[in-house]
This record gives sequence, structure tokens and C-alpha cells, in this order.
Amino acid sequence: MAKTVLAIDDSASIRQMVAFTLKSSGYDVIEAVDGQDGLDKAKSKSVNLVLTDQNMPRMDGLTLIKSLRAMPQYKGTPILMLTTESSDAMKAQGKAVGATGWLVKPFDPQKLVDVVKKVIG
Amino acid sequence: MAIDMSQFYQVFFEETEEHLANMEQLLLETDPDDFDNEQMNAIFRSAHSIKGSAGTFGFQDLAQVTHELETMLDLVRKGELDLTSEMVDASLEAGDLLKMMLDAHRGGPAAATEDIEFICRHLRELSGAQAPVKEESEPVASQAEEAIATAETSEAVEQNVFVASFKLDARAVVNPAVIENMLEDLREMGLVEIITKPAGELVEGVWTLKITTAYADSSLTEIIEYVAEHGSLKFEHEGAVQVSAADGSFGLFNEGHEVGSTVAAAEAVVEEDDSFGLFEPVEAPATVEATPAPAAHVVAEDDSFGFFEPLPPVVESNDQELAVAEASPAAVTPVARATASKEDRAAKPASNDAGSIRVGVEKVDQMINLVGELVITQAMIAQSASTLDPVIYERLMNGIAQLERNTRDLQESVMSIRMMPISVTFSRFPRVVRDLSRKLGKQVRLVMSGESTELDKGLIERIADPLTHLVRNSLDHGIEMPEKRLAAGKPEEGTITLKASHQSGNIVIEVGDDGGGLNRDRILSKARERGLPVSDNMTDSEVWNLIFEAGFSTADQITEVSGRGVGMDVVRKNITAMGGKVEIDSVYGVGTRITVRLPLTLAILDGMSIRVGHETYIVPLNYVVESLQPAPGQVRTISGAGKVIMVRGDFLPVVPLHEVFNCHGAETDYERGIMVVMESDGAKSALFVDELLGQYQVVIKSLEANYRRVPGISGATIMGDGKVALILDVASLMNVSKLMAEEAA
Repeated sequence: MAKTVLAIDDSASIRQMVAFTLKSSGYDVIEAVDGQDGLDKAKSKSVNLVLTDQNMPRMDGLTLIKSLRAMPQYKGTPILMLTTESSDAMKAQGKAVGATGWLVKPFDPQKLVDVVKKVIG
Repeated sequence: MAIDMSQFYQVFFEETEEHLANMEQLLLETDPDDFDNEQMNAIFRSAHSIKGSAGTFGFQDLAQVTHELETMLDLVRKGELDLTSEMVDASLEAGDLLKMMLDAHRGGPAAATEDIEFICRHLRELSGAQAPVKEESEPVASQAEEAIATAETSEAVEQNVFVASFKLDARAVVNPAVIENMLEDLREMGLVEIITKPAGELVEGVWTLKITTAYADSSLTEIIEYVAEHGSLKFEHEGAVQVSAADGSFGLFNEGHEVGSTVAAAEAVVEEDDSFGLFEPVEAPATVEATPAPAAHVVAEDDSFGFFEPLPPVVESNDQELAVAEASPAAVTPVARATASKEDRAAKPASNDAGSIRVGVEKVDQMINLVGELVITQAMIAQSASTLDPVIYERLMNGIAQLERNTRDLQESVMSIRMMPISVTFSRFPRVVRDLSRKLGKQVRLVMSGESTELDKGLIERIADPLTHLVRNSLDHGIEMPEKRLAAGKPEEGTITLKASHQSGNIVIEVGDDGGGLNRDRILSKARERGLPVSDNMTDSEVWNLIFEAGFSTADQITEVSGRGVGMDVVRKNITAMGGKVEIDSVYGVGTRITVRLPLTLAILDGMSIRVGHETYIVPLNYVVESLQPAPGQVRTISGAGKVIMVRGDFLPVVPLHEVFNCHGAETDYERGIMVVMESDGAKSALFVDELLGQYQVVIKSLEANYRRVPGISGATIMGDGKVALILDVASLMNVSKLMAEEAA
């Protein structure tokens, strides 16, 4: 069964690129437009990996990760922050709320696939 | 796997355009002395999003400018920098530049490099004053910082990393500009990090540079050898990196039970190689019976990737759900309930993006065209069926009636796809008014209403320029200087109103101001100067219409704003070309209101079909004033003006259509035909035709695209009986007949 990735980004172009890239590599992709949408979709669907942007309207990535980690079914799901902000402070914050890792934007599609493969196979 | 990034460009362009428009709007609403943080965050977010996507899709120039802008906005957002109106201006300028750069990527003219440099420098200066110098003061952070810089400014290609160490040549020690030039040259080739440099100001010592570049090492050594002491250069190839995903661009944190840990990220990074790191292995969900793989086992991957410790076995989502349910049955119900209620609430706002799709305009146009054909086909069937006996063919008749209804509904909904709110055009005006009123030293408030009024996309694009001209005119010539306003007993601040509304199948856009109003006497004297036919007993509206004459300007001085060669005549020409009309109301000393009436759409037209000889023509209904059968003696010949007809005291020139188009077998006796009185550009004339046939809604087909441009004809349509009818271009027809009359005389 294809693994499902929840891709959350308010930028439609990035979202489409991520979705297209991952789908081309055989993953199922659920798209969400911001943290709140992502949280809602995470609740109603089951996903193997969450890829989230940090800076988004309505709910940012950190809040989303925190909310997901508070849900039993997302305690162990890998969550990657896909973000332009990769200062140490941001990393520390990400780690503190329970993110699995980060990937700096801009990124190469191949890199994204590599990283996703490493994390969920 | 190679992903063709260009397939996402269109979405990126549109998205960036939206962000820029959004940013501009927010900036215009920003008062440096009193802004709320949410607003600043929203502005920052727009810049941030543009930067992120621009970098990903390889638009480095856009990424670079937004990076500077974002840096400044970030400092303001965090309260480290006080917002000044200069910053708002600089941000607006940066927005303009970005718009231009975006257009350049779409095939428009390129933005000037000096402009880009100027704005970047300006932004840097504005944020530089209080910006903390993190890079140099925090050695621990530097690697990550540099990596970010790499990722943000370079192409997503494989690049080589070289480390060069050398001693400076004596010449360079004497002249510091030499080494600056060298660094500049290197920077043009890639990313340069100065790892060590001699302490103090360019004294002798060892320099070590780390260069990430796509160029070959020979071109680098050439540059460096120019400044290096002979034989001192050591050059090493450190490896290759995928630059868009370079150092520090990816990593994993330890997570799971340690949520809430405040261990500094930098300390906990388990470096794998340059591009990837793990804090600790990702722990398997506690509820899953999975044996964590042995730790401290390095799984070597490829060059740019690897793990020190393997990830836990991947869990299929089904198992995971099951496991959760077993492990914590109590927790499941509340979660499920919460999900349901949350979903109800979030259903609407969340769908704002997912609920719409972007489609190319040409696809929509093709669809509109096809529906147009369908309307014609349906009309043909209806016409053929009208000869049949409705009793015998009752079911067929019902079907045809149904088809007609469905076709009409389909046509309406397809047309509505092309409809866009006029706010798309209106949104530019706050900026126009702001910039211009500052330049002119006037105080102006812009009041807009009816922004949600929808009109055809084609019209939206074409109305922008005329409207901008009208607004600038109002500001420049209409609104008085503050002193003058106060003296006239008006509030210091002038008001420009921009109003859009639907009125009986038309879009009406009003541009009003509470300024000085038009000066009747001055317009009349100016018109006399220009040799226009005027008289003192002309009505006000006739006088106002004079300002639409070519080259007419009553401005005392040519300012930078007006007098650029585009006059009101062009405004009227543009609006008429869209099938619209312009009217002026003005009261001296009180203000001016210019009303623009536009058809709802360019694709369908309400027309009156007329017959001349064996030909059928369509007259756009919005030009038709009335039609009448001439009484004997009503049509007269005036030398030099050809035939005229007297209608209620006015002499109207007669346009005999059969003469203009050379129709054979047409009625030539005026008393036996019909005069259709038409009005265009404030002038009336009478079109002489054989017969009025009826009123139709016709689908416009371009004649130019299928044949060529014909004077007096604006397009063609296919009638219900399958025949082609030409649509008259009333404005040009009136000119054509004027020319004919002059020639005859």
C-alpha cells in the first residue's frame, strides 16, 4: 500500500510541486493549505508522514506540530518542517514541539524524495 | 527522477502576483505610527512566501530582493526595528520591482540591474542600522547560517566545494582594492566564505576561502593566483553539493518522549555529512510493537546523504491506527468527537483554496466559443422546427423548448466564469492616489465602493488604463491644493470616489471628486482657440464633451502627472472601443463626476437586426436611440453635409447604409425605408435601412481573426437561419459617412 504524506503549505506552487514530486515517486499525497486545514485533514485521514511549512496563515507549523503530537495517533508519526527559516532558534523550537526533522526551502525535488524515502521508506 | 519545474511556473507567477498585490494593499493601510502586529505579520508572510517559492523554482533574482525585504520586515515584526514611512515606501518600491521582475520572467522587459541593486542596498541600509551581526559573532551558528545563505541564493544544481588557502602577494598587501576585486570576482562565480583571514587590516598572513561554485577549479585558481604569493596557493576539492539542499538544509530531531526538551538544536545535531543530520533516531510509536533497530550503526548512503542511526521500521498507517485504538480505548472517543465538531466548523474556511481551480484563459475562451456555437445551432433547430405542426410534433417541440432553456443557462454560467470582480482593477488606486497626492502636496482620501461588481476579464484589463487616467486627472486637475480648499470653505482633505455598480445590463463606473469642477468659460475659450465649433448657448454637457476632443487640455501648467500625451480623447476612444460610453457631470466649485458605462461582456451583444437589400446587419442596441419612418420632406440635402433629416428640431446627418456598403436592390426612396437614430460619442446620426427585422442576442465572432478588418464593421455573427450577419461599428460608420459626404461635396 502506498504511503500517505500530508503536505501542508500555504503556497500553492510549492504544494503542487511537493505533491507532484511525491506522487511521481509513488506516494499518496494529501494537500492542506494551512495549519488548521492540515490539522483537520490529519484528524480525518491517516497519514504516514507530515510535511509542513512553518509560516502560514491561521495556524503556523509549530502550533500544528504541537497539536498533532498531542493526539495519540500522531505521537510517533514523522513530521518534517519544510521551511525557509532554519536558524538554530527555529530548530530548537521545532525540536521542542516534537518535529522529526527539517528541510530547508528552497530544496531540490530529488532531495525531498530522498529525505522522505529515508524517513518512511 | 527529473521534475520539470516549469510546469509549476504559471501557478507560481499567479501566486506571487497575489502575494504582491496583498502586500501592497496591506502596506498602503499601514500607518508607521500605529500598526498592529498581525498586519506586519501578514506583510512579512507574503514576502516570506514569495522568497520560499522563488528560490525553489529557481528565480534567484526574485528570491534575492524578497530576502532583503523579508530581513527588514522581520526585524520590524520582532520589534527590533521601528517602522518608518521610509520603510513603507521602500517596501512598496521593492514590490513594484518584484512585479517588474516577475513580468520579465514572463517575457516582459527586464528590470534594470541598477534598480535591483539600488533597492536591495536601500533595504539593507534600512534594516542594517540595527541588524544584529549574527554571522560573525556566533561561530557555532555560522555554519548553519552560511548554509542557509547557500540554499537561498544559488541555483538548484550540483556545485563543487573548494577550499583555497594562500598568502597574499606583496601588491595586494599594499593595495587593499586588489583583494576586494578578487573576492568580488569569486562571488560572481559562486558562494565565498572567508574561513580564516589575517588579523588586522590586510597584513601578511594566510587566507582560507571556502568556495561553492559551478565553475571549474582552473578558473578559480586563475583569479586567486593573481593576488596570491607565488607558490602559496593550496587548492582542494572538498566535494560536491546539491546547492539548493546544501549544508544544514535538512536534519532530524529526536522526538517522541522528549517533547518539550529545550536542548539547543545546534548541540544535539548528529551530523551525518554536509547535507543531512539526525538528532537521534526517530522513535517508534510507543504503541507499536516494533523493535528499534540497533543504534549507533552508520548506514552509509550516497555522497550527500546518510544516517548515523537507522530509522525505526516504517509502520503502515492501518496498523498504527489499530495499535492506538488498542492501547488507549478511552482516548479514542473524545478525539473522534472533537474531530467531527472541528470539521464542521473548519469546513468552509479550509476549502477556500481547495474549492477553486486555476484554468488557462484560452480554455475558458474556447468553451465560451463552443457554447456560442451551441447557441447558434440551437437557434437553427428552433427556426427549422417552427414550421412544423406543434400538435403532431409536440414532444419535439417540448424538447426544443427544454434545449433552449438549458442552452441559455449554460451560456450564462459559462460567461460567468470569465467574470471577475472589479476590485482587481480598483486595488491599484489606493497606491496611485497615495503616490500622486504626495507628489502634488495635496491631501486626498479615496473612497471606493462596489468593488465586488463583476465584469468580463477582457474588460477588466482594458478598463484599467482609462480609469487610472480619470483618477489621476481628478487628483491633478480636480482636487485643489489644501489652502485653496480651506479658503473655499471645503475640508482640507479632498475626496475621490470610485464606484462600480450594475445598472440595467451595464456596468457603471463612476469617478467623482469634490474638487474645483470644470470651468465652462475656460473650456469654451480654449475650444475657440483651437478652432472648434462652439457657441455660448451650448448645454453644459455639450461643453463638457469638448474636453474629449483630441489634444484638449485646460490645465494651466503641464505637470508631470498630466500632459503626458494621453488625453481624454484617448480615454473616450478606449471606452468606446469596449462598447462603452463616458459622461461628465460637473458643477463649478463643487466637483466633477465622470460616469463610464460598459457592457457586461464582450462576447455577447444585444443587437437589432436590419435589412438592406438582401443583406442583414446587426446594430448594437446600446447605440440605438429610436427609429422612425421619414415623412415627405423630412430629409433634405445640405451642400457640404450631404443628406440630413430633421428630428424634433435637430438636423441629423443621414447615413445611407446601401451607399456605404454598396448593397444592390436596396430601397433608395427615403420615405419608404426606416431611419434608425444612433448615438455615439455624443453625436447623433440617422442610419437609413430598408427594414427592421428584430432584436437578438448575438454571439460576436471576430471578423479580423477570420477575414480582415473592414471599416464600418466590428464583427460578425451567425443568425438562427445559419446566415452570417455583419455587426455594424457605429462610431466608425459615422466617420465613414462623413468622409463620403465630404468627398461628394
